[in-house]
Amino acid sequence: MTTEKHITSSCVISNNTVVKNGVKLFENPGADVAGFLLSVYQHFQFNYPKFYKMDNLSKLGWLTAEVLLEGSLDKPAYQPEGLGMIIANANSSLDNDIKYTGTIKEVPSPAVFVYTLPNIVIGEICIRHNFKGEHAFFIQETFDAGFVAQQVIYLLDNDILQACICGWADVLEQDYKAGLFLVEKKKSKESVVFSADNLDRILG
Amino acid sequence: MRSDVFIVADNIYSPLGKTTEENFLQLKNGVSSVKLHNDVNLSETPVYSSLFEDKKQFNLTVYTKFEQLLIASISDAIQNSDIDITKNTALIISSTKGNISLLETGKNGPDLYKRVSMTTSAKLVADYFGFQIPPIVVSNACISGVMAIITGTRLLHTGQYENAVVCGADVISRFVVSGFQSFQALSPSVCRPFEASRDGLNLGEGAATVVLSVNKKFKGQLKVKGGSISNDANHISGPSRTGEELSYAIKKAIQNAGLIPGDIDFISAHGTATPYNDEMEANAVRLAGLQSTPLNSLKGYYGHTLGAAGLIEAVVSMQSLKEGLMIPTPGFNELGVSSEVNVCAELTPIAATNFLKTASGFGGCNGAIVVVK
Repeated sequence: MTTEKHITSSCVISNNTVVKNGVKLFENPGADVAGFLLSVYQHFQFNYPKFYKMDNLSKLGWLTAEVLLEGSLDKPAYQPEGLGMIIANANSSLDNDIKYTGTIKEVPSPAVFVYTLPNIVIGEICIRHNFKGEHAFFIQETFDAGFVAQQVIYLLDNDILQACICGWADVLEQDYKAGLFLVEKKKSKESVVFSADNLDRILG
Repeated sequence: MRSDVFIVADNIYSPLGKTTEENFLQLKNGVSSVKLHNDVNLSETPVYSSLFEDKKQFNLTVYTKFEQLLIASISDAIQNSDIDITKNTALIISSTKGNISLLETGKNGPDLYKRVSMTTSAKLVADYFGFQIPPIVVSNACISGVMAIITGTRLLHTGQYENAVVCGADVISRFVVSGFQSFQALSPSVCRPFEASRDGLNLGEGAATVVLSVNKKFKGQLKVKGGSISNDANHISGPSRTGEELSYAIKKAIQNAGLIPGDIDFISAHGTATPYNDEMEANAVRLAGLQSTPLNSLKGYYGHTLGAAGLIEAVVSMQSLKEGLMIPTPGFNELGVSSEVNVCAELTPIAATNFLKTASGFGGCNGAIVVVK
């Protein structure tokens, strides 16, 4: 059974800019990763104290999802179990794994250790937006739009999910890039057709 | 109508044995590989864990211990299968930490980061065997193994490939041990899932493989019939307060298999033996209507093998279906969870035609699969 699928929202955070649906909303050239992510949080006046506890990968993914969904997802239209996500990256949680390894010789920190798994960013987004459905984290050398699209198609066509976030969130030291897409079964005024080509094109 | 996904070969490569048969024989004899290890490279204080003790076992210089585990497990599994993996066959690898121990000894920088990457390992393993399709890597905490089986099954449903080799492995290093110690999650003895006196988990290393196929010539073999994933959306390192989300995944997996809860013959639980996990899991089992269904946890034999756990425990349960014998839960004496689940405590002959395998992990993730005869 195939169903209509549309990218109803997209958000790309890279090169110290935040772009939603093709429109640049914020930029902060020159800032390092941590400083840039904090400036995004402050610029959009988000109020989520847990943000400060997160590692850079979770901060990046959380911010991208926040901008992606704000004003774009009609949450009451969905059951929490019908909402899920497929995220991939190249470096797993290595950015934070390096930090954690540094703490082992002194006092190993549980607060740092908990972020030594790539799917924690999915957990953070699920907690924030009450997504309780299917999700998965894949490690890929570069974004494999065809594979990610295939996962989303399976979940939506088989009615396992009603809406799905998919995309990429990767951080390693000063290199980072995130692009998340909201895929729904009905069009919206800004939606584009869901396809692997469009995922690749928007992520850039 | 979606195709049946047959499980045509399997392997467990663990400190208990190098094949599924060797492992199952040890379990039937009640042998556990969890023991006290005094290794300062791993921990300042001795830790109960399940580790490979023969250092010469992993002596290939090109491949890390993690990669050698994957290679050893896949080699045995495909050797026993009548498929040509160079044709139309996907490779799916699951792990939580892969080569992470290299960070403890290597010099930080791009070369080390590339060597640590799971995509590097996956590519080396794929090339070793001659897989023609780029490998898929699943890393989703402690449900990685269950998720990898679901990913492989669905990939075959799409008709894109005929076969999928699914292998999970994890190695226990100081990185992992210190982290679980910092959480105060490790038991000071052999872990006791669902027991009143349980006090934490043991870590374990190992690998396991299943070879899946939609080729009808395998009719009569076991099938992966249903699978489902859910998220607690509650806490990144603590399980759901109610177990509702795991119970949702269980119910969906059973429904996906075309069965009802009353049909399930036994449950291979995650059962880490931490106070919170087992409590949540027992609640989920009750909420899914499976309170009286026999259930076991194999963590007392293998420890928690992280990204390999779902695969190792699924393969043991598959062997249970084949031999008609349910493996007990070592260390279990008195029930210590509020939902009265039916914990299997003795080696039990069982006329089972199916089982449910569950897993839960950090990030609030839950997974469930149903395997049928």
